[in-house]
Amino acid sequence: MEGSSLKEKTNINITSIREAFPILKRKVNGKNLIYLDNAASSQKPLSVIDAISEYYSNEHSNVHRGVHYLSQLATEKFEIARSKISTYINAAETRELIFTKGTTDSINLVANSLGRTLQAGDEVLITEMEHHSNIVPWQIAVNDHGAKLVVARIHDDGSLDLEDFYKKLSPKTRISSLVHISNALGTINPIKEIAKAVHEYGGLLLVDGAQSAHHMKVDVQKLNCDFYVGSGHKMYGPTGIGFLYGKAHLLEKMHPYQSGGEMIADVTFEKTTYQQLPFKFEAGTPNISGAIGLGAAVDFIQSIGIEKITEAESELLNYIQLKLSEVDGIRFIGTAKEKAGVVSFLIDGVHPYDIGAIIDKMGVAVRTGHHCTQPLMKRLNIPGTVRASLAVYNSKQDIDILTESVIRASKMLRK
Amino acid sequence: MNHTIPEIQAEIVDEFSMLNDWVEKYEHLIDLGNNLRVIDESERKDENLIKGCQSRVWLHAKQKDSKVHYTADSDALITKGIIALMLRVFDNQPSDEIMKASLDFIDKIGLKEHLSPNRANGLLSMVKQIKFYALALQAKSV
Repeated sequence: MEGSSLKEKTNINITSIREAFPILKRKVNGKNLIYLDNAASSQKPLSVIDAISEYYSNEHSNVHRGVHYLSQLATEKFEIARSKISTYINAAETRELIFTKGTTDSINLVANSLGRTLQAGDEVLITEMEHHSNIVPWQIAVNDHGAKLVVARIHDDGSLDLEDFYKKLSPKTRISSLVHISNALGTINPIKEIAKAVHEYGGLLLVDGAQSAHHMKVDVQKLNCDFYVGSGHKMYGPTGIGFLYGKAHLLEKMHPYQSGGEMIADVTFEKTTYQQLPFKFEAGTPNISGAIGLGAAVDFIQSIGIEKITEAESELLNYIQLKLSEVDGIRFIGTAKEKAGVVSFLIDGVHPYDIGAIIDKMGVAVRTGHHCTQPLMKRLNIPGTVRASLAVYNSKQDIDILTESVIRASKMLRK
Repeated sequence: MNHTIPEIQAEIVDEFSMLNDWVEKYEHLIDLGNNLRVIDESERKDENLIKGCQSRVWLHAKQKDSKVHYTADSDALITKGIIALMLRVFDNQPSDEIMKASLDFIDKIGLKEHLSPNRANGLLSMVKQIKFYALALQAKSV
């Protein structure tokens, strides 16, 4: 079984990719770091770190205001970053790309702004596999406006019960908000098909792309979603920056979320008029270095090629599932047919926390717990899982060490 | 004779100093966890639950004479091992001693990461709750 039947990872140069990530050279608890907590946050290539450092060393000023050289330079860099990200997801126009703090912030923006138009009787449709950040903002929005949160079921394998989803869609559905790739299970949802169905009932579709933007080709026009949101730090970029893509005609109609500087056209004490897109939704001085860093992260992804990344990660996903199957008493949580590089598992008679704490001592970083999806864990009737999640720099050797560590930890715990 | 809280902490530090590496330490913790006295099912109820997002801890306290008696449990084994150590330190001690105790042995035996808020295993809240019980039982008995 050992590797031989599996294609070697020949399409990307893993050695040179690993070289680009300084943190992968460090030791943890005296062992080489094996970083498999990428669904929580990925590590950063030197090009991203350098871009941020270069910005603060040579290019910093506030954007969109000053007539002086540095302000214009910073503005240009900031807007180039916007353009890179909007091109990356194939937005029709650059102004459709709003910088936010991250996925959570983006969902809050839409839930607040669009939420203002919700009325009694309206429905918001989500699914059982959503992250808390795609549940709670909608809960607040529907409660504030007398609308209703409707939840579509999943199958036991962690795939979306499409029949149930379609059954729960109705003319009352104002918006459906669902995850592209589940952070806890790795399930990939068929967004294109879902978008079509939601639109047939006159609803809007928001896609939580926190786990998809860096793992697969995302074309928001082809998907035909109305909103697509993501986080910089999960896609090799810095923390504190993310984005909201929204169709221009929708964003134009939406009320501002936060207000203050940058987002205004004219202010008097009687009345304020707002800026055009995208600035209408970017109150206050933005995270300029974050945006530039995220631009560099997109460059990094494109220097390898997103299709190649998808292919390599999918191969590694097969390998990790094969290797971990060797562990006595393992049970995989989330075995949908369409799946990305997230492997959640439990081991009979062993608590996930214990596994995580012991393999940490062996230098292996995974996540244990409920992964901010408590309703999903409740639905699956489990306390949580151990989750290993992949990134472009993970190698088969990482997986071998993970497997050995898990086997050793289970032996210690079951003695 | 009943040992004081600082004495027991020193004993535990001694005991762990004889273990050579993290493997031996964790094996010892696992043994302690496995040998932790099973609590009554009646004490394993939501009122006694300390919520950590990863592992759950149940803690119960009652007063006998002038001492506080604790029983505790967890669904995770390593957490249980640390609970066993905590109970050795705090169980059957006078409430005023419990309240003023500083818990430095965890750091000294190299397990401080388990008391980090990041671990969310309920242990940090357990320490707070142990002291809170001591305070409450003392107030009740005055």
